[in-house]
Amino acid sequence: MTTTTNNKEEALILREQDVVPLRNRVKEYGVKIGMSILNQTKLITATSELVRNLLKYGGGGKVIIESVSNGRDNGVRVTFIDNGPGIADIDLAMKDGYSTGKSLGLGLPGTKRLVNEFDIKSELGNGTTVTITKWKNG
Amino acid sequence: MQNNVLGVLKEHENKLLTIWSQILQDSGSGDGAMEEEESKEFASLFLSALAKSDEKNEQSQEFEKVEDLIVGISSSRGKRGFSPRENAQYLLSFKEAASQILSELIKDPAQLYEANLKFSAILDNLMIMTFESFMKGREDVIARQVDEISEISTPVIAVWEGIVALPIIGTLDSSRTQTVMENLLQQIVDTGSSIAILDISGVPAVDSLVAQHLIKTVSATRLMGAECIISGIRPEIAQTVVHLGIDLTGITTKASLASALQTAFDMLQLSVVKRRKIVD
Ligand SMILES: Nc1ncnc2c1ncn2[C@@H]1O[C@H](COP(=O)(O)OP(=O)(O)OP(=O)(O)O)[C@@H](O)[C@H]1O
Ligand SMILES: [Mg+2]
Repeated sequence: MTTTTNNKEEALILREQDVVPLRNRVKEYGVKIGMSILNQTKLITATSELVRNLLKYGGGGKVIIESVSNGRDNGVRVTFIDNGPGIADIDLAMKDGYSTGKSLGLGLPGTKRLVNEFDIKSELGNGTTVTITKWKNG
Repeated sequence: MQNNVLGVLKEHENKLLTIWSQILQDSGSGDGAMEEEESKEFASLFLSALAKSDEKNEQSQEFEKVEDLIVGISSSRGKRGFSPRENAQYLLSFKEAASQILSELIKDPAQLYEANLKFSAILDNLMIMTFESFMKGREDVIARQVDEISEISTPVIAVWEGIVALPIIGTLDSSRTQTVMENLLQQIVDTGSSIAILDISGVPAVDSLVAQHLIKTVSATRLMGAECIISGIRPEIAQTVVHLGIDLTGITTKASLASALQTAFDMLQLSVVKRRKIVD
């Protein structure tokens, strides 16, 4: 299935203060395609989780927001890119309750449950890239 | 050729001021009396400094005073609401005015070029400083607003004897949680309350971090011997929290502030009854 990008922007995330503006931008993308409040909330919560990981573990990075469509539905795709230490064992990191940061360990697995498409790539020493997509009717 | 070409500008101070304020007015970035005062002071100090310095000793102590002055002026302009463009315009037009006068005074192109170059170098340095202090002025304003916002946005309300409520609006980040928690615990002590209601109707999203902060606040309240109810959980928040996998089962949660208040009344064995009409 091919998806096309209609609109795209990038944001640099370096500090905690960058989180709220980013979340608001993502929300605007959802509002623009007429996403329901429930899906908007899921999308911004997922964004919140991943951007916090990017800051806390990745030491900051770049976020790309895209408005996408696949012919049948419209959606919002967000990509989180950092050049941090990377994740040694992705399967382990995706487990509920696993955390190296004395936290709940729900960010990654929870985010996966909140969105329709979830992709994570990570290389030790080279950083982590997570891409999520939330479809309007998904 | 005179040893100190730029020194001659001092003799034309008034003319320079007139041209400068004219350019500022034309560009629409003048702001009246206050600016006139500032400009006069700056021109006088700056031109004196130029006149006193010889070829080698350019960045003398005189210039330090000039720098302090321009830094003060531009941070004040920042606070007065000037845009960065208008702030830049201020010194740029001074440069323009001075270069007009220089070209009237110096007829030899090579000398004029030399003089302009020298003047530019000095002024560009001042420009950089004004940028910095202008931004600093703006940042001070922002920092103050942040403090104010975090204070006004965490009011603790004594709703009933023994019951305090705290509506949270906006994002619950780590520093904000600290303020919220301190305020809440202090109010519990001050009012001798045994029930605290935390209303999150105004929180846009509850992610795992916010949830952790909420759980911490509830635990701290309990340690004080009070019970904490979280209200204002909207349907979309409830569903999202469940999908995330956050366990709030140990916490009393209510959909609305009204139902939280009802629960609080029940806990305190109070009841609200409708007054019966007395029929005689
Ligand atoms: N961008 C990243 N770079 C490096 N490591 C990461 C990154 N994101 C997550 N991790 C690792 O994966 C683990 C699990 O992440 P997850 O978001 O699920 O939990 P958490 O951040 O520890 O806790 P929570 O998100 O619930 O507060 C983290 O503890 C961390 O070790
Ligand atoms: Mg996380």
